Amino acid sequence: MNLPEPYRLLIFLAGTLAFVGFHAAYLVWVERKGAGRFQRRPGPTEAGYAGLLQPIADALKLLSKQVIVPPTSDAVLFRAAPMMVMAPALMCLAVIPFGETLVARKVNFGLVMVFAFGSINVMAIMLSGWASRNKYAIISAARIVSQNVAYEIPMLLVAITLLMMMGTMDLQEIVRKQAGWFWNWNLFQLAANPLMPVTFLIFYICMLAETNRAPFDMAEAESELVAGAFTEYAGMGFGVFFMAEYANVVVGCSLATILFLGGWQSPIGWLPGPWWFLAKMYFLIFCVVWVRWTFPRTQFYGLLNLSWKILIPVSLFTLVLTSVMLKLF
Amino acid sequence: MVSQEPTCSSDLSQVVRFAKLDELLALGRANSLWPLTFGLACCAIEMMAAGASRFDISRFGAEVFRPSPRQADVMIVAGTINKKMAPAVKTLYDQMLEPKWVIAMGNCAISGGPFVFPGQYAVIEGVDKLFPVDVFIPGCPPRPEALIEGILELEEKLTGKRRWPRVKPE
Repeated sequence: MNLPEPYRLLIFLAGTLAFVGFHAAYLVWVERKGAGRFQRRPGPTEAGYAGLLQPIADALKLLSKQVIVPPTSDAVLFRAAPMMVMAPALMCLAVIPFGETLVARKVNFGLVMVFAFGSINVMAIMLSGWASRNKYAIISAARIVSQNVAYEIPMLLVAITLLMMMGTMDLQEIVRKQAGWFWNWNLFQLAANPLMPVTFLIFYICMLAETNRAPFDMAEAESELVAGAFTEYAGMGFGVFFMAEYANVVVGCSLATILFLGGWQSPIGWLPGPWWFLAKMYFLIFCVVWVRWTFPRTQFYGLLNLSWKILIPVSLFTLVLTSVMLKLF
Repeated sequence: MVSQEPTCSSDLSQVVRFAKLDELLALGRANSLWPLTFGLACCAIEMMAAGASRFDISRFGAEVFRPSPRQADVMIVAGTINKKMAPAVKTLYDQMLEPKWVIAMGNCAISGGPFVFPGQYAVIEGVDKLFPVDVFIPGCPPRPEALIEGILELEEKLTGKRRWPRVKPE
């Protein structure tokens, strides 16, 4: 990109906003259509061709719905929470490389930045539960904190494993090192660590838990906690939480693509570009929907047991294994 | 037949009317009627069947059963309302935010159904004794097709247009 800096940044700002907005709206359609297909029903069909206008109808409905700030709630925090849940997801996309030159900001600590902003999400949802002053919302806020603390640890252990292999935190550099055929992707770097596919699986499970997707949607466990932290939110306030969930899924799947599946690199060695990035990202997003409508919600202690008793020991083991392999070979 | 009223029930809509915008909003609302997850008796089983794969109300964008009344648009009163249950149902209705609609599903919700007899003391004889109802669906219980027809009727009330041609009963 040869544009002068302020224009380039403005274009990327608009592009990121459009990207997130489009995906947040149309991943809802993908989710509802996917849910239908997994349950042998057609899903939305009537609003537009194949229900494609469904997100627009939902947005119109949510925008024109009455907004309420409950009198007992903390009004400032109650209004700030939806903003705080959406903004970090947008910030993360600023450093994610979609192509060789298609990145808003080249920073050499991109990985840290994505993790740092990704963890604000927890605070925002906790805040929404706390500010609602509703017993179900506060139970949900307590849950979300313990869940996200538990799952941040294996996720960061996996990130450290990759850092040791790659030797850089620059996301663009990480992608460049995976150039060539698909066996150069980190997912298949069995020489560096024979358990690399397991590491990817741990990362993916942690990503599902961090973005509060079923089977780990403890924040919005409607069978036990009404609507969890979002119980008091109505209209577009709730819609923003809905959209932020999908924005976080997009960020998580982009990060998984970059770290493990070679980002914008082509699997067959030629014609690398953003289309490969999008194809890999959409595949991972499809798997997120697939998992959601296949597995029932876990119980809370099962969720924490999975993290503390299985994922953390295994990811620690892969970390040690990687360091041993790096030292020996 | 359902009368055609302005979609916004506030007093302002009697004075000012934004014709095209109103129609657009009505279309949006009609295509995303999120019901409240809430069932009182056996009609709720038919309501669940309407959401399952054979009938599938998600075709009309109405499958998003919201657990919180703040996010729901339409309350499907599916079942008998006891005098003990009535305050809870009324609270749920009051907690829903405007614009909101009510579908009374089944004979119990319409008029008390088989529980009405001289001297009965337990059952509210129709949900319209508690709050206004937009669409009544007769049946004991109504089949899922009838619930879908009720949702279409509610959409007709919102937009003023029928989605599909009406079927004459044989």
